[in-house]
Amino acid sequence: MRYLPHSAHERAEMLGVIGAADIEALFSAVPKSALKSFRLDLPDHSPEFMVEAHMRALANKNQAGGDGPFFVGAGAYRHHVPATVDHLIQRSEWLTAYTPYQPEISQGTLQMLFEFQTQVAKITGMDVANASLYDGSTGTAEAVLMARRLTRRSKIVLSGGLHPHYRDVVKAYLKDDADLVCLSPSPEGQGDILEHIDGNTAAIVIQTPDFYGHLRDLKGAAEAAHAQGALLIVVVTEVVSLGLLEAPGALGADIVVAEGQSIGNALNFGGPYLGLMATRKEFIRQMPGRVCGETVDADGNRGFVLTLSTREQHIRREKATSNICTNSGLCALAFSIHMGLLGEAGFVRLARLNHANAIRLADALDGVPGVTLLNQTFFNEMTIRVTQPAAGLVERLARRGILAGVPASRLLPEDPEVNNLLILAATELTTEADIAALCTALTEELA
Amino acid sequence: MTTKFTPDHEYIRVEGSTGTVGITSYAQEQLGDIVFVELPEVGKVLKKGDEAAVVESVKAASEIYAPVSGTVTAVNDALNGEPGMVNADPEAGGWMFKIEVSEPGELDKLLDADGYAELTV
Amino acid sequence: MSMNNQGRPTGIGTAGTGASGSALLPDEPLLFEIGDTEHSGVDLPEVTLTNDRLGGFGRNTRLDLAGLTEPEAMRHYVRLSRLNHSIDSGMYPLGSCTMKHNPRLNEKMARLPGFADIHPLQPVSTVQGALELMNQLSYWLMTLTNTAAVALSPKAGAHGELLGMMAIKAAQEAKGETHRRIVLVPESAHGTNPATAAFLGYSVKPIPARDDGTVDVQAVKDALSPDVAAIMLTNPNTCGLFEPQVIEIAQAVHDAGAFFYCDGANFNAIMGVVRPGDLGIDAMHINLHKTFSTPHGGGGPGAGPVVLSEALAPFAPVPFVRKGQDGLELVEHVEGKALGRVTAFHGQMGMYVRALTYMLSHGADGLAQAAEDAVLNANYVKARLEHAFSVPFPDYPTMHEALFDDSFLKGTDVSTLDFAKALIDEGFHPMTMYFPLVVHGAMLIEPTESESKQTLDRFCDVMAELATDAKSGNSARFTAAPMKAPRRRLDETRAARQPILKWERPADVPQAAE
Repeated sequence: MRYLPHSAHERAEMLGVIGAADIEALFSAVPKSALKSFRLDLPDHSPEFMVEAHMRALANKNQAGGDGPFFVGAGAYRHHVPATVDHLIQRSEWLTAYTPYQPEISQGTLQMLFEFQTQVAKITGMDVANASLYDGSTGTAEAVLMARRLTRRSKIVLSGGLHPHYRDVVKAYLKDDADLVCLSPSPEGQGDILEHIDGNTAAIVIQTPDFYGHLRDLKGAAEAAHAQGALLIVVVTEVVSLGLLEAPGALGADIVVAEGQSIGNALNFGGPYLGLMATRKEFIRQMPGRVCGETVDADGNRGFVLTLSTREQHIRREKATSNICTNSGLCALAFSIHMGLLGEAGFVRLARLNHANAIRLADALDGVPGVTLLNQTFFNEMTIRVTQPAAGLVERLARRGILAGVPASRLLPEDPEVNNLLILAATELTTEADIAALCTALTEELA
Repeated sequence: MTTKFTPDHEYIRVEGSTGTVGITSYAQEQLGDIVFVELPEVGKVLKKGDEAAVVESVKAASEIYAPVSGTVTAVNDALNGEPGMVNADPEAGGWMFKIEVSEPGELDKLLDADGYAELTV
Repeated sequence: MSMNNQGRPTGIGTAGTGASGSALLPDEPLLFEIGDTEHSGVDLPEVTLTNDRLGGFGRNTRLDLAGLTEPEAMRHYVRLSRLNHSIDSGMYPLGSCTMKHNPRLNEKMARLPGFADIHPLQPVSTVQGALELMNQLSYWLMTLTNTAAVALSPKAGAHGELLGMMAIKAAQEAKGETHRRIVLVPESAHGTNPATAAFLGYSVKPIPARDDGTVDVQAVKDALSPDVAAIMLTNPNTCGLFEPQVIEIAQAVHDAGAFFYCDGANFNAIMGVVRPGDLGIDAMHINLHKTFSTPHGGGGPGAGPVVLSEALAPFAPVPFVRKGQDGLELVEHVEGKALGRVTAFHGQMGMYVRALTYMLSHGADGLAQAAEDAVLNANYVKARLEHAFSVPFPDYPTMHEALFDDSFLKGTDVSTLDFAKALIDEGFHPMTMYFPLVVHGAMLIEPTESESKQTLDRFCDVMAELATDAKSGNSARFTAAPMKAPRRRLDETRAARQPILKWERPADVPQAAE
């Protein structure tokens, strides 16, 4: 077995040093009835080329994003990842390092996290950010819990424009909670969330661009929330939008949660992704997750450590702010390298390009008979109403090699009103030819 | 003015009906450098043994329990900026909160200085 | 007060003359000190937006993000990487963390476009291979554990643990047993266990450890009552011991109408050798990054699928894969009693690919051999070091990790922390210290199956030599350690008292003009 260094001779020698007759002797605490008392219906070990063939056969049964025109978004976006990013994150010292609990020999990871936190704080316009969470959806649930701790109030209002999976994750985290108000889906625009804020409201949760692609008014929401002593949690599922849209922090957000996948990370069928969380300085002790801070070493040299760790589960145990005990280190690294390559100039250019392609897509869709564009505003994603159920339409377009977007009904099967809605995204990878192919196929299918 | 101690290493210095609460010098030494103190809200009503405050060192967080029942009348806000006062001067500048004692009888059951000293030998 | 002084001390050590860095390891400035807002390492066409659709929500504030060209970025991140210890460069004897070799085939497979470049919401008919992969991984996990169901989606071990306990809560609520408000947690448990139980509103009742480091079935029976919802037991436990009475404990827990949550963090010690389902567990998370070698990546991403017994299977969360008329189906919405959703999309696909690749490479025989080698290696380290160190629980053979305490340092000026830091100067990552909490000055060593006898011998020689030196009074080597690392000990008190969590532009360095 290529991964196991011992020869049979060495195993015997080691058993001799231990003073054990055989390997079973080392498992003597295991009840006899449970030790190797079975035959596993699994294959034996396999050479690398055979494993590779098996995996390739599985991979080949999937239609990859690069195989044809691609407009799928709704919380995960197909962007270009520079070759440098993937090369660097596969370096041994990044890929196979442990959590940086021994800072003297983990300064690479720690300095990177410090840079990452700075980048996240800057793009969100907030004072501080953590070293990442699992993803945007669990980050949203964590933000809701954090708002309850901060305000000592319980009511949480989720906007109808919040990604339905994010809503479901919050519901699971706050199971059977009477103080969780989930507003009905609002594919047409702003919704009426501000009317639900009262003196018991801990936070309102608003996604922008929202699930349907509309841009939401954060400034008005922040003012309305703050007037009642509530917090504004802003959710961003397409982090590239922050290159072009005003920073939530500049508009009064108290906690910003984002899905960072778009920068540096592939689609990966949904994971691993990267939860970003940023907040105001005065809230850091209630912020979940790892945080890296600057300090000095015994010689007075600048260095970095994980800090404020007493909030975490391995110290506070049942009193921790969260049960989280990992972040998305390698995804954060990929994000940080890609963002470092982009810089302000590149990030803004990337956002502009996404928006420009989305405008082309919107204008083209507007000309297709049977298509109604619902969005007045958008960044790189929009919703159209078609004259038939969108799920079947998407299936037929997929057979023609076009991945046309996400039918809203896939995420909201309980809501018949969204049956004919299709959500489409454009990114820097979307070409004129892709858009033309989509519109031609749509015209034919809807005729 | 008398100072009493709990076996959990809190002290309470009583003047009239008000007690000033903090942790002992022995306790701060055991905990190491204090980096943060979470203080109770003024007006909070505590029963003896309730969790009243939390002190955090770099690697541990420890709860401070109310040595007697009563109402919190003041907290040492200076600790927010300078938690190290708990290390430097635990029984004066490093005090944590003042409590209006509601059950003076509870004070009698606490340790005196000699009793506490025996505990920490 | 609760005198919680169990955490590891953080003394900065005494000053020494050790120079940090070397010719090949120069200090690397921050990204923001090298780059500026004009440089970029990504070429993109410049477009002008004449008629934007931003509705007036466009950005007015500056981003102030530093950018680097490609050669600058390459050098920055390569230089930073060299300040890290990693499995590929040296042994990580970290108990309970399982730092085993990460095969590169796994990385290569995860990057196939058919896995990396597929969207979680593209039509199910276009991702049949991905569903088949999830199905195969589920089959392996269920077969290795002899359980009825598996929920793949949790993002990490602690997340899986949360989900498993949610399933237990849902199952009991479905039976109307809302009075079950207590969860039993042995003192030696990982910190996540009580954190998870408390998060779900349970009160935690600790079960004391026996003198031999295991859990006493009688103590469990005494703690059980109609109000107990579950026990959360790690097996093999955090002291590296297999719980010899685990079957009796499971029986007692079930007799009381409660569930057995097994923390599967240490499944790597028994994979292919013992099936937890045969021991009576109801739910167990499996850390794919520990047992099935998905890379730790400097702190994640992990993946924490949860296997479930017959009784809990109906309460599995969405999504899951099942066979349908036209191939595999993905069940994405709650039907009946299911739990709902604990994450967007379908979990950590990238980790599923790596874990299945690892399983196929090893096969049933290789997994069992890996578990046995992990146990062999830990016992070998224990045997080689038990004379120089002190073993708190000598009654049983250890499983995948060897536990020592710090009594051998009594009377010296060397703390456990100092001792561990001295290992750094010898080229090893420190072992796990001060965990589990039930042992004073614990030192937990997990060599994993990936270390050769030669490496283990060198490690044991170094450990023994350090122990001799510590006992002989040469404390300077320890209290000043590390001296040869890129940094000497860091001032954690300063970091926590006045947190500096991001780079701030110095007042005399203006942003570039737009």
